[in-house]
Amino acid sequence: MSELLLSILRIGFLIALWWFVLTVVSVLRRDLQAPRDAKSLTPERSTKRPSPRPTLRARKTSTQLVIVEGALTGTAVPLGSSPILIGRAPDATIVLDDDFVSTHHARLTPNGNHWIVEDLGSTNGTWIDRTRVSTPTVFRPGTQLRIGRTSMELSS
Amino acid sequence: MSETLNRYRVSTRRSAELALLIGAWLIGVFAWILVDSATGDSSLGGWTSLLSAGVLLLLTHAVVRWQAPYADPLLLPSVAALNMLGLAMIHRLDIAATERAVSNGSPMPTPDVYLQLTWMVVGLVAFMLVLAFVRDHRRLQRFTFTAGFAGIALLFFPLLPFIGSQINGARLWISVLGFTFQPGELAKVALTIFFSGFLVSRRHSLALVHNKILGVGIPRGKDVGPLLLVWFAALLVLILERDLGTSLLLFGLFIVMLYVATGRRSWVLIGALLLSVGGALAYRAFGHVRVRFDVWLDPFADANGAGFQIVQSLYGFANGGLFGTGWGKGYPQLVPFAKTDFITSALGEELGLMGLIAILLLFVIIVERGARAAVATRDPFGNLLAIGLTTVIGLQTFIVIGGVTRLVPLTGLTTPFLSYGGSSLVANYIIIALLIRISNAARAPEVSDADLVLRQDGSSHD
Repeated sequence: MSELLLSILRIGFLIALWWFVLTVVSVLRRDLQAPRDAKSLTPERSTKRPSPRPTLRARKTSTQLVIVEGALTGTAVPLGSSPILIGRAPDATIVLDDDFVSTHHARLTPNGNHWIVEDLGSTNGTWIDRTRVSTPTVFRPGTQLRIGRTSMELSS
Repeated sequence: MSETLNRYRVSTRRSAELALLIGAWLIGVFAWILVDSATGDSSLGGWTSLLSAGVLLLLTHAVVRWQAPYADPLLLPSVAALNMLGLAMIHRLDIAATERAVSNGSPMPTPDVYLQLTWMVVGLVAFMLVLAFVRDHRRLQRFTFTAGFAGIALLFFPLLPFIGSQINGARLWISVLGFTFQPGELAKVALTIFFSGFLVSRRHSLALVHNKILGVGIPRGKDVGPLLLVWFAALLVLILERDLGTSLLLFGLFIVMLYVATGRRSWVLIGALLLSVGGALAYRAFGHVRVRFDVWLDPFADANGAGFQIVQSLYGFANGGLFGTGWGKGYPQLVPFAKTDFITSALGEELGLMGLIAILLLFVIIVERGARAAVATRDPFGNLLAIGLTTVIGLQTFIVIGGVTRLVPLTGLTTPFLSYGGSSLVANYIIIALLIRISNAARAPEVSDADLVLRQDGSSHD
């Protein structure tokens, strides 16, 4: 084989190697962006559903969950009678695309007049103001719920 | 919430894995062809080896598809690319060894590449077995102390009479039925399982400060006792076996895991302090440590003696330059142990800086994917195990490539997936299998809400 061909092949191999590495990196990048495509907020479902106990519903002071900090700032999720799952997974009610959020991070469950916050064994914790939620805790209006880089509040 | 799940089909990216795996294999085939055409050697029956490696990689992919469908798609192709490049370089060095034997008139050496290929088969089979038998990585937590004991026992094996054997001044091998194996490589996996299992149950008490000495918080003896015991035992064995690389690796692993488990920066400080004190003591006490250190500071002081290997390696890198000499066109065989510890300098010479950076990027990608699996896993044991296994691969790569390029003192270790050496290859494939298992758990969609409640109840008592 001629010297010229060999040196073309030499550079060709390096190009092939880099092409491989860059393809891996591009798959990696697409992988990082994947949760963003699947971002879903499904509040309409919970509002459409007829409330089983309208009397309780009427007494409920908080009607929406407002995101006050983070990528989804300004989003308001109407509160119904069904629990709200917060996490990175596409099946969560509020999908947070954040490395500090676990797949199924926390759940808000209605209980009478209150909303109860439960941490679902998240890595980085669920916080109400300055305290970490370790047992199911009442989420009161005026306090802030922090999950990863996102903060949210109850509002009427 | 299950209606939402159906609307967004969770992408498993298995096809991306398959395509990249084929790409990795083709890179290896390309390298092999270039080696053969540059050296004019095609007698070694390389095609059967390449085809069997390819078939085996496809089989591994099928097992991943079946056993861990949501696993990370990049770990396996990156590792396969490194392994294929390693095979091509070992094949190239085999040819050099044969040429030298012909010109010296000495007996023909047996080519190492077939043995390495056999070990690749063993490694991939181990990979598939781990994936098939470890269905849930959290089960490994039950074997915390068994793993700790096994780790220490594996480290002790080479010191036993009859089966232990000393090669090149270090007593790291056991030799059974003509095969030599380095049990220390498997010990690092066992010890990582031990450290994660132990730290997971004690991390809160370890993070609490009970006594303060010189402003540094010291946790209770009850909490650190077993940890220190295992760790000192490991270091003692390694000092007796004169294995600097593995001691450094285990030390670093230990510090990283303590830091990750407790989140206290003081552990990093304590680690750096212990490392410098330990290093200074070892420098005074052991001749072989002193030689390594002096050679690191000035290899050219004794370029034909103690510094020969590192000097030849540096000349190799210089000869390679930016784009390398091309496969088969350099003189990597001039560096002693080019197939094992110094395979990076062989690749650096023939592929140049550009090739070496691409190879290092593959290691960076493996570490990134491992760390991501660690972050994404829900259970604390999985977090620690993934970060520990990732640290093992990352740190080992750093220690050996840093040594070869004279960034840090040279301590013999194999380059993961590239170097000739079966024990290391098998152990690293087991590590990747565990990482794939953990990433599968992290990326899989949850089954149901009820399952979550069960999980939460199950984990609340630890």
